[in-house]
Amino acid sequence: MRREVPLIITAIFGSFMVIEYFVPHPSVTGFGEMLQQWAIIVVAFAYVLGVANIVRINGEKISKRSKDWPYAFPLLAGLGFMLTVGVVFGVGNGTLFSDFYLYAYAPMSGTMFSLLAFFIASAAFRAFRIRTLEAGLLAVAAVIVMLGRVPVGTEIWDKLPVISDWIMNAPQMAAKRAILIGAALGAISTGLKVILGIERNYLGGD
Amino acid sequence: MLPSPVLHTMAALLTIAIFSFLYRDNPVYKFAEHIFVGIAAGYIVAIEFQNVFLPNLWRPLLAGDYKLVIPFLLGVLMFSRFTVRFNWLSRWAIGLMVGTFSGLAIIGFAQGDLVAQIQANMLPLKAGSLIDTFTNWVIVVGVLATLVYFFFSKEHKGALGATAKLGIWFLMVSFGASYGFTVMARISLLVGRLLFLLVDWPASLGIELIR
Repeated sequence: MRREVPLIITAIFGSFMVIEYFVPHPSVTGFGEMLQQWAIIVVAFAYVLGVANIVRINGEKISKRSKDWPYAFPLLAGLGFMLTVGVVFGVGNGTLFSDFYLYAYAPMSGTMFSLLAFFIASAAFRAFRIRTLEAGLLAVAAVIVMLGRVPVGTEIWDKLPVISDWIMNAPQMAAKRAILIGAALGAISTGLKVILGIERNYLGGD
Repeated sequence: MLPSPVLHTMAALLTIAIFSFLYRDNPVYKFAEHIFVGIAAGYIVAIEFQNVFLPNLWRPLLAGDYKLVIPFLLGVLMFSRFTVRFNWLSRWAIGLMVGTFSGLAIIGFAQGDLVAQIQANMLPLKAGSLIDTFTNWVIVVGVLATLVYFFFSKEHKGALGATAKLGIWFLMVSFGASYGFTVMARISLLVGRLLFLLVDWPASLGIELIR
């Protein structure tokens, strides 16, 4: 019951998703779509479980006065506020929910990612040294692509944007394509291992 | 809907709070960071509630589609993780999710990545112009050389080793280009945030800082 049932459920749902593609009969695709809808519903519950976990952990943090416990209050307040306005008043345009998405979530998200501009530049400056041909290729490609995307690059040499685009569209794409092919083969084999019950790590211990 | 100056001021203060991390980790940054995590978590659950739970489960269930009791019960079983005795029941729901997405991944990766990428690599080695011919050769040779580099079943010696070495060069150029591209994308975000602080925010308050 503890391991066999989830393995059977995995095998049935997984194999049906594959069969559905190769047997496009309405009865098969209809059943497949129903199973997909079930999976989407269960995933929604998983999100709620994740948030319940956040509430539990931060509640414990406050009750035990753990390190940085006062910061659990703004976290829970933000969570409770967005959840309440989203569930009660809806999530469409012009709602309080969309206001807070556009003027709280989006600016903070954009700023967090923009901070990475400083950190990846300083990390590269500290850790990166051109000592080999490979490191030189990496540095030259990075510099050309960066300069090719700003007006000063065109001022230095008007062919830089063209070379930058060529690097992105030829050697960069070639390596990326090979990585994608390898990753796809890996994902397909892992998917097969999961469906056939060879890969069982997702079940955890016991 | 809140007035525009209030919303812009809130966005500006939160932006400055996050930027304060450039000085060092500080209470203002931590406060904003925790609000961000809370809002992000609340956002995703509210969206799931309105776009998945209500239309796919609750309304059809009330309309008499009782088959949906099965995913509802499986979803509820997810919460057995909070108990020690019955936490194994959550595996049924996890099995459903993992099985479905494994099956979809097999088809999705095979169709969207594997076949599509191989197909896209079937390029004419003699194209209309010299530059197109050269580019096509670079792409075809680059893909093959990089794939050879990832082939670890045989020792990289001789012709195989030389091809793998060429694959490494392509990978290095790719990593460099990806790094440059990522930096520029982040810089673009940074410019956007600075423009908001120096142009949009003051404008919402009726102030013109930059012409």
